[in-house]
Amino acid sequence: MSTYSYFPGCSLEKMALSYHQSAMQTTNAVGIELKEIDDWNCCGATTYFHVDELLATTLVARNLAIAEEAGHDFVAPCSACFKNAYFASKYLKEDEDLANHINYALEQDNLKFSGSIEVKHLMEVFVDDVGVEEIQERTTHPLKGLRVAPYYGCQIVRPKKDHEDVENPQFFEELITAIGADAINYAYRLRCCGGSLIITSREAALTLVRNLLQSAVDIEADVIATACPLCQTNLEVYQMQVNQEFGTDFSIPIMYFTQLMGLAMGLPKKKLGIGTEFISTDKILTYAKEAA
Amino acid sequence: MATRPTFSEEVSNLMHASHGNPLKTCIQCGTCSGTCPVAEFMDHTPRRLIGLINANQKEDVLESNTYWYCASCFHCTVRCPSEIDIAGLMYSLKRYSIWKHQYPEDAIGPVFSETFVKSILRSGRSYEPVLAPSYIFSYGVREFLNEAATATNLMLKGRIPVIPPRLKRLENFKKMADRIIPMGGAK
Ligand code: SF4
Ligand code: SF4
Repeated sequence: MSTYSYFPGCSLEKMALSYHQSAMQTTNAVGIELKEIDDWNCCGATTYFHVDELLATTLVARNLAIAEEAGHDFVAPCSACFKNAYFASKYLKEDEDLANHINYALEQDNLKFSGSIEVKHLMEVFVDDVGVEEIQERTTHPLKGLRVAPYYGCQIVRPKKDHEDVENPQFFEELITAIGADAINYAYRLRCCGGSLIITSREAALTLVRNLLQSAVDIEADVIATACPLCQTNLEVYQMQVNQEFGTDFSIPIMYFTQLMGLAMGLPKKKLGIGTEFISTDKILTYAKEAA
Repeated sequence: MATRPTFSEEVSNLMHASHGNPLKTCIQCGTCSGTCPVAEFMDHTPRRLIGLINANQKEDVLESNTYWYCASCFHCTVRCPSEIDIAGLMYSLKRYSIWKHQYPEDAIGPVFSETFVKSILRSGRSYEPVLAPSYIFSYGVREFLNEAATATNLMLKGRIPVIPPRLKRLENFKKMADRIIPMGGAK
């Protein structure tokens, strides 16, 4: 069993609890242990970097140092947390002066980051470390005929980290195919959901959400699959506001990829946090009924 | 006689972790603006903003809403043929404008950012309900009601925490932050 230092991030404490639950269930099902980083702090989201780059990097470094102390690679289910951790770790590994400065601050909590661990997004753990073949093998209830729109969003692929294809990634589609569903191609799969603009520039954010939903609905998706709590919230929770604002009548479920994986592995829906959404997922559940 | 750095040079050097941003190499191709999902809401498109920066039009740049409308999607950054980190530039401008206390009057971003930061430094975690009051008053009545309805729904679904989370080793955390920026305790 491989173990990872797991950084849930602030959203997964409550807002995106279902992501946390389904992440725990599905990793467990493929023999992976996610060990929560002890006493982790907020990584600053995208907002802290607006104010101060150095302190923002220090906040992330504290979590990295605790993860390293536990002796496992760092994994985050939230794309923004992942991006922050990835780049903080990269800068600390490359820049000795920066590392010294930040480690001096970390001393106050008896910590030190020496850069011996890797940073991954939860989806990378499934795709790269576990492998899609293995996931296919664990699929006992293939979601046959379910039309899934895989939604990458932004920070899981951008900015470019190392080997990944930023213009035409396919790993999300491969994962959806592995669980027996149809990964449908649509124009907005890599476009932005508005992120935190939903708070600061509402009109702009709602427009982006509308365009995205429209793009998936046009191609008759049954569900949009996400890999980030902020994307999930923008697309699902604000769907009603989009309808009010633009006179549309969207009602498309937005689920975490781990929830779909869990269903395909025959895990009980309650354990996957299904049932707390605004938009009913009943139709999706009917696809998971028959065992292979 | 010593010459002062231009506004363009100043802004190019505001990204310390990645060792600066090559703004001067912009060829004004417009790939960034063509890619940007929020360009239509911006006073200046990203391409134009960079043109203005390179022409040292400081006031015009800082008064525009462009950098507060950036959603940090990094789509422009991965496509720029000159390898300019445009999203990073938008962050730099936010920091610069907060530092100078010079930004568009109706921008919600700076207040939100400051409230967010204070909330983290106080408890080590971010907590949605504390953040809400900082921006909600800038909404119109209809938006306010929509937002309130959304919040109520979230509460009913158990998706908003009732008790604010905080760290176990909060004192150490604050002392750590103090070594980077002395906050006067950040209480
Ligand atoms: S994509 Fe790069 S080179 Fe082209 S206009 Fe934008 S910043 Fe300039
Ligand atoms: S990072 Fe900002 S400026 Fe660049 S494309 Fe996205 S929203 Fe536009």
